[in-house]
Amino acid sequence: MGFKWWHGGPRRKLEVEELRLLRTTEPHWLTRSLLVLLFLTMHNTAFAQSPPTDSITDRRATWPTWQQIRSVVMLEDYNTRVVILGVAMLGIAAGLVGSFTLLRKRALMGDALAHASLPGITTAFMLATWLGYNGKSLPTLLIGAAVGGLIGVGLIVLLKSQTRLKQDTALGIVLSVFFALGVAMLGMIQQMKNGHAAGLETFIYGKTASMTRADGLLIVIASVVAIGGCVLLFKEFKLLCFDEDFAGSRGVPTRWLDMSLMGLVVLVTIVGLQAVGLILMVALLVIPAASARFWTEKMWQMAIISALLGTIGGVLGAAASALFPRLPSGAMIVLVCAALFLFSMICGRSRGVLVRVLRRRRLNRRVHRDHLLRGMYESGEGDGNGEAVQSRPWIAVDTLLQRRSWSRRELKRSINRAMSEGWVRSDNGTVGLTVAGFIEAASLTRQHRLWELYLIHYADVAPARVDRDADAIEHVLEPELVEELELLLEKSPIRIDVPISPH
Amino acid sequence: MNLTWQLDGWIIVAGVLCAVASALLGNFLVLRKLSMLGDAVSHAVLPGLAAAFFISHSRSSLPMFIGAVIVGIFTALFTEWIRRFGKVDEGASMGVVFTSLFALGLVMIVQAADQVDLDAGCVLYGAIELTPLDTVIVAGHEVPRAVVMLGVVVILNALFVALFFKELKLTAFDASLATSMGISSTWMHYALMILVAITAVASFESVGNILVVAMFIVPPATAYMLTDRLGSMVMLSVAIAAIGAVLGHLAAVNVPTWIGFRSTTTAAMMGVSVGMLFTIAVLFAPRHGIVVKFVRRQILTLSILADDIVGLLYRRHERQESHNAATKTFASELFASRLAVAVAMAQLKRLGQVRIADEVCQLTESGMQRATDLVRSHRLWEQYLVTEADMDTSRIHDKAERLEHFTDQPMRDDLDEQTHHPQRDPHGSVIPRDEGTSR
Repeated sequence: MGFKWWHGGPRRKLEVEELRLLRTTEPHWLTRSLLVLLFLTMHNTAFAQSPPTDSITDRRATWPTWQQIRSVVMLEDYNTRVVILGVAMLGIAAGLVGSFTLLRKRALMGDALAHASLPGITTAFMLATWLGYNGKSLPTLLIGAAVGGLIGVGLIVLLKSQTRLKQDTALGIVLSVFFALGVAMLGMIQQMKNGHAAGLETFIYGKTASMTRADGLLIVIASVVAIGGCVLLFKEFKLLCFDEDFAGSRGVPTRWLDMSLMGLVVLVTIVGLQAVGLILMVALLVIPAASARFWTEKMWQMAIISALLGTIGGVLGAAASALFPRLPSGAMIVLVCAALFLFSMICGRSRGVLVRVLRRRRLNRRVHRDHLLRGMYESGEGDGNGEAVQSRPWIAVDTLLQRRSWSRRELKRSINRAMSEGWVRSDNGTVGLTVAGFIEAASLTRQHRLWELYLIHYADVAPARVDRDADAIEHVLEPELVEELELLLEKSPIRIDVPISPH
Repeated sequence: MNLTWQLDGWIIVAGVLCAVASALLGNFLVLRKLSMLGDAVSHAVLPGLAAAFFISHSRSSLPMFIGAVIVGIFTALFTEWIRRFGKVDEGASMGVVFTSLFALGLVMIVQAADQVDLDAGCVLYGAIELTPLDTVIVAGHEVPRAVVMLGVVVILNALFVALFFKELKLTAFDASLATSMGISSTWMHYALMILVAITAVASFESVGNILVVAMFIVPPATAYMLTDRLGSMVMLSVAIAAIGAVLGHLAAVNVPTWIGFRSTTTAAMMGVSVGMLFTIAVLFAPRHGIVVKFVRRQILTLSILADDIVGLLYRRHERQESHNAATKTFASELFASRLAVAVAMAQLKRLGQVRIADEVCQLTESGMQRATDLVRSHRLWEQYLVTEADMDTSRIHDKAERLEHFTDQPMRDDLDEQTHHPQRDPHGSVIPRDEGTSR
């Protein structure tokens, strides 16, 4: 039984029962009750206290009782405990490993190698059956899957380094061809006398029954190995992610490191695969890492956040599914992770959309303010005959409008903002600088002109172009840089508070 | 092997059509680094199916098809948005989108499942073996529905690629140039994505999705190994896809019988056979094949080694020494393997540039010519690097050692000119004269 319909296998009909298989990490009692009672009742019969509902077309989720919530939160139920612990460990491991693969731009490696493990599984099954062993024993299949996955990963790396194909193409080729090979072999296995393939492909899609104690143990062991590997080799992996060539030049064995990182990915993916299914595994490898990227620029922080998000997603998803029996847990975990991703993408502290928009707006505002103040100061200078201005005249808005290519609306808005910040006064159609505004404007004009002078003297920029260039950079001049510019230009004959415009 | 037209014929036709339709668009996916999109779409359409079912309350094929196509387009859209606004790498954003959509679809289907038997398999996940059973009447003939549908998709894709070839090419290779020429790369992208979604869904429905995921990527990648021109790449990929599909069905019927089975899944074997074609191309493609590149590199290595051997003999000759003909001595002096030296020596002997008499290795006249050219290049380069490039004398040898193998007559004359016809190199050795241009 399994997922053949999904990949267009020989069987065409999808029973609703098979849909149950898509539920991946359900607690045992939930699965059992659901399989039996799905078509009869809506409510959760596993809890005797739940009042029975009658309508079979009721699509609403039944709200859990307080006892149910407590039983889930306190991890009273043994199966819930196994599931939540397993998923949490898997979330940590996948989050950690995933953050490295993400930075190496191999986010979909897990997807590819999970598909690539199918021919490994079928080969292991065939070999074991022919040799007279139990083909479906877990170790056999796990080894087969790992070998298949490793060969797939090796081929991806080889294709990328030895041919002109790009990473994504190499991933896609290995994924599709290996998977096709696996399905072709499945088609043959189904004809074997003693080995009906039932259950074999569910290895890839997660098991029908819920996570058992053995699965949980396996996950914990694999996760501990993966976490340990990541922690021990953290520095090396970091180098590998950010500057492979540099790492190589420093004598770091990049090839071995790459292999061990990929080995950890294979380990986590294969173990997770048979317990929680392909899609959830891919999601756990990709989504937490991608979300963590929005929060920080530091590798170790990213790894920790990613592991944390993976855990939160896993635990919340599993808990939600335990509370609402109509929500499949695998899918819920993915959806919780997706919600966390969305939140991170918008609110992330270092790369989130909001922060970037704010940052840009702040810069734009500052640039506009600088332009306004300098424009007013320069208007006050008149023709700029060498005298630094001491007065703060009232200037008509229309005069200012002609100084730069800005629209009236833009100018008005900048004036209003500057007024509220106390740089500028306004009196019917004319504006003037306040004292603070005057000092600020003088220093801005000075920066602008210093930079112009620098460009003319040291960068050989033609005087006609220098205004534009200075315009672009003056807003980001640090005070230290201004001092340096002064030092550089010390010998220049025009060293006054605000140098005269070179124009 | 007994193939019947009614059965196998139609299966092959459906496979070829699906392969061609996918390969046509796949070229641009591969060039745009979107190879995984086929796989992503194939998982992501699930909520489309569920939504179509909720809205239409039926399991008829058309609403499902439309729902799936819409979600397929959304997959591409979301991927692009997340990539652009979140500045996330393409693969990662695809991973986020398709897993989330799939999960959403699962939740929706579970909600629907108890209401009615929502049979996604019946609606969307066809098996290619069953195509001949589901027929419609076209112009008085009974034609499988899948063939009709895929035929339409092929025509659509072919028209798109033919009409917008220039635009597709420009946007694939240089999006900013395309924009500066007034071609909106965004719109080309979305048009391509819409067609990808339609092709993918149409193919899932009729022939299953293993085939389409493979055919989007593998034939174009194979063609990419074989050619550098986009036009021929598209043509080649179509041909490879078609050949792969035909071979695939034959293999599905025949190969399993060799090891005692009856037959296996046709769609999967089509994927495998096109993978075989890809493997052959990767290994033996005339310019980019791994084996070909390896052989070319070996030939170059050998010719450089031969150069080094004659250079060594020349320098011995200069110092009036003779050289032991044993391979071992050459190997240890030139830091090469004995095998390589033996092969290079055989080559030199065949060319008549080296002769061996009494365990002593000597240059023949033509060998002397080759060596003179080589040593002259070497020493001219050394002179040039010191006088013109201000390099330290201790570092010039290695550089000259590399450059000497790629320096021809006109370049030597140039170097000679630039360094004012030196007599000796910076180390004090005589720079041999060119016979042709004796000054």
